[in-house]
Amino acid sequence: MHIPDGFLDVQTSVIFTGLSAAGVAVALKGARSQLDEKTAPLAGLTAVFIFAVQMLNFPVAAGTSGHLIGGALAAILVGPWAATLALTIVLLMQAFLFADGGLTALGASTFNMAIVGVWAGYGTFLLIRKILPKKKTSIPVAAAIGGFISVPMAAISFTVQYAVGATATYSTTTVLGAMVGTHILIGIGEGLITGLTVSAVLASRSDLVYGWKNNTQKLEIRNA
Amino acid sequence: MLNNRRFYIGGFVVSLFLAGVVSFYASSSPDGLEKVAEDIGFIETAKENTNADVLLSDYGTKGVDNERASVGIAGVIGVIGTAVVAGVAFKLIARKPRMVKN
Repeated sequence: MHIPDGFLDVQTSVIFTGLSAAGVAVALKGARSQLDEKTAPLAGLTAVFIFAVQMLNFPVAAGTSGHLIGGALAAILVGPWAATLALTIVLLMQAFLFADGGLTALGASTFNMAIVGVWAGYGTFLLIRKILPKKKTSIPVAAAIGGFISVPMAAISFTVQYAVGATATYSTTTVLGAMVGTHILIGIGEGLITGLTVSAVLASRSDLVYGWKNNTQKLEIRNA
Repeated sequence: MLNNRRFYIGGFVVSLFLAGVVSFYASSSPDGLEKVAEDIGFIETAKENTNADVLLSDYGTKGVDNERASVGIAGVIGVIGTAVVAGVAFKLIARKPRMVKN
């Protein structure tokens, strides 16, 4: 879902770059208060892992592939603020080192994946976690559903950008239908990878998983 | 429970393996957005990436003809690069006593 240069007009690119910058600023503030010396390395590893898995396009339908976005995964592992930052770092690396995604569209791509992907995935995760029994085994299930939903949400977010300022003139409804349809299929892959990864980290280091420990730990008093 | 060292080294090695080895087997079909753009027709509005000449453009290493090595090297560089950038960034962000100056 990396947008190439040219799809969106200049104004739209500028608007979404501004929105992304604001979102990243808020995420910085949130991450600063949430991350500590113990959790910061996991945020770094999450960015690394997402970069690696984003290279692994899987086939979803004839002539179409998809790859992990990782917004929900990152949010569940390290919290939504650090997740937005991790995804933003991945997108920056991809745009500058690998020419994956246009530079003028980077703000719009960041908005779709690092902000909408993260928060839609995390919000869904929280909702499902609430419904499911309060057990460790519920976490990967909620994570998978969060991952699944995050992809069509990011696709809808792109469609909004298309509606605001595409350089092409094809109808927005056509784009919406095609984007959502395709990305529901990709979302299944996203859900599977998200659920499996969260369950692997839970099995090896459940103390590090943000989406599990903030469900179980009581508030503790810490020195500032 | 794995200790910290094992967990982080394990995670890093898995990432290296995925980006350096498994990436060769990734599907080369267009991704969702690209396919939709092709099918509907707005792919024509895409401009060539201003950054297209970069050394690792499109996850291939310039000058390396072997496809497996070309994508593998690009992946390994990406993993190490992301580790350095994200590692430093999150370390600075997590530093408590003083705010990082912008």
